[in-house]
Amino acid sequence: MLAENLAVVAPELLLAVLAMAFLMLGAFSSRAMDGPILWGATIVLAVVGLWIGFQPEGTRTAFDGSFVSDGFARFSKVMVLFGAAATLALSRDYLQKNDLLKYEYPVLAMLAAVGMMTMVSARDLIVLYLGLELQSLALYVVAAFRRDSLRSTEAGLKYFVLGALSSGLLLYGASLTYGYSGTTAFAGIGVSLEGGHVPLGLLFGLVFLVAGMAFKVSAVPFHMWTPDVYEGSPTPVTLFFATAPKVAAAAMIARLLYDAFGGATADWQQILVFLSIASMFLGAVGGIGQRNFKRLMAYSSINHMGFVLMGLAAGTEQGAQAMLIYLAIYVTMNVGAFAFILNMEKDGKPVTDLYSLGLYSRVAPARAAALAVLMFSMAGVPPLVGFFGKFYVLTAAVDAGLVWLAIAGVVASVIAAYYYLRIVFLMYFGEAVDGLDGRMPGLHWGFLGASALAMLLGIVNLFGVETIAGAAAMTLFQ
Amino acid sequence: MATFSFYLFSIVAVLSGFLVVFARSPVHSVLWLILAFFSVAGLFVLLGAEFVAMLMLIVYVGAVAVLFLFVVMMLDVDFAALREGMAAYLPVGLLIGVILLVQLGFVFGAWETTDIALAQRAAVTPSPAEVDNTAALGALLYTKYIFLFQAAGLVLLVAMIGAIVLTHRKRVGVKRQDVLTQMYRDPARAVELKDVKPGQGI
Repeated sequence: MLAENLAVVAPELLLAVLAMAFLMLGAFSSRAMDGPILWGATIVLAVVGLWIGFQPEGTRTAFDGSFVSDGFARFSKVMVLFGAAATLALSRDYLQKNDLLKYEYPVLAMLAAVGMMTMVSARDLIVLYLGLELQSLALYVVAAFRRDSLRSTEAGLKYFVLGALSSGLLLYGASLTYGYSGTTAFAGIGVSLEGGHVPLGLLFGLVFLVAGMAFKVSAVPFHMWTPDVYEGSPTPVTLFFATAPKVAAAAMIARLLYDAFGGATADWQQILVFLSIASMFLGAVGGIGQRNFKRLMAYSSINHMGFVLMGLAAGTEQGAQAMLIYLAIYVTMNVGAFAFILNMEKDGKPVTDLYSLGLYSRVAPARAAALAVLMFSMAGVPPLVGFFGKFYVLTAAVDAGLVWLAIAGVVASVIAAYYYLRIVFLMYFGEAVDGLDGRMPGLHWGFLGASALAMLLGIVNLFGVETIAGAAAMTLFQ
Repeated sequence: MATFSFYLFSIVAVLSGFLVVFARSPVHSVLWLILAFFSVAGLFVLLGAEFVAMLMLIVYVGAVAVLFLFVVMMLDVDFAALREGMAAYLPVGLLIGVILLVQLGFVFGAWETTDIALAQRAAVTPSPAEVDNTAALGALLYTKYIFLFQAAGLVLLVAMIGAIVLTHRKRVGVKRQDVLTQMYRDPARAVELKDVKPGQGI
């Protein structure tokens, strides 16, 4: 019995055990092992990602149905693990230059990955909460990882305090849900809502749950931590924040709402519509005045999360599929863009000022072109892949009868296009400045180039992501 | 007999609760708190939850209350000064209390769960008549919810790593205990015996 259960959680188990092994290795060996541990963690994350990607089809549950491994969970986990692996691979040079290369960083990233995998597989409120907390706690620590920097400590503290508040909201919602439905299992909550009548207490629980989770995807009005934390954290950590946890949190919201609260779709749809519109517009307008590239990426991620929530708000299988496609594209674009930001430096010091990019196309034409492609793609300019992400989400919203939400999305994406295109403008037509002089390691260049190339070549068939995401979304409705 | 014990324990619990707040000396407060814990443990026994009752005694009386006592005795806290503003805050406190009571009243007045909520809640735990509650708790914690139990352990591990990463610094010039050196030190090298003649000193 236990063996069958453990077989389902084997990837998580392996990752957790290896994280602890790396922790012991790091603690009992000299600092020379810090680099190899980082590479080891990168490889482990990537291999576990491949393993999950090639697991056989089908839905397997463990521990009385509180943990599920289905197509949806596997798709999200592959994104989470590849995102985390890419982050670690890109982190090394920056960490080494800034004297931050410690073995705890990859260990915490691995444990955060375990938490995220638990989140997307959770079919029970307690499992969901523990996964979330494992992830968040590791992220609070890595946000403050550069402990000699005031900014980084501030980022960690701010994230911790606001994160604790959001966890409190989520737990309050979970306890109300338990009180009024008598169970923490998603299946049980779903059954108790079958009559179509939603008791007031359960509705309160739903609202608090969504509020707590909206914080984790930095949806407006729970976004206020994002710009400060993105700016203050060391850049590799910012990249981590912008990729894997967003995927995990969005997938977690999807499963909770579709699976447990599928009987109350009309009730949560209006909350998500509000969150989506507010995030899209604030992300678009807030980014306009930014000079700091990392802060800009924070507003960009708020804006993108608005689109992800639009897919969710549709409440249909098509919406879930659109959400998964959008997330996959979003992660790819962000990895590429951050591979660039990580190497923005002058005289060996990291630079994040946008105006230092003035006429960058003359300094490094290939890099500037790759970043320009990514920026066009983020803005959703056709025919790049970023446009298709938005297209799927908007189609899902229109098909679900949310026409005006889709219109708002189009307007917001036009506003947001301003700040993406401004970067391209600065690089090609801006004022020449005595700007960046950093060299780019081959690996980073590889990630940047591959990401930009994917945005160009993906327009043929999106590398088949569409069909896989469709199959994954289908399992959510079984 | 059960009814009598219930009222006895409840009255003692409530009274000692009041005395915790109103006792002049903080040490007395802690002692009243211990009495309150004991009465609550008695109530748990009456409920048939003997394991929780023993936990109450071991954890709260044995550890927490003793820790309180230590803190109260070790720290020089001027409790009279802390209490000075009480008269000013009392009305606000009472108001908040009343509001909370009214809200609770509303909640119970509008208590409407889903139809199958009670059945679902009862389905998880075995009937108390069949299983001891110690065994039932153990089965829940270590068998049914083993995954959650281990996940909670991982969360604690992360908290520990985090605390160390963020605060631990390698300091120079710190004297550390070296167990091996201590063990290999013998009296021949560490102690010098002097033959002191009576009445002369060294």
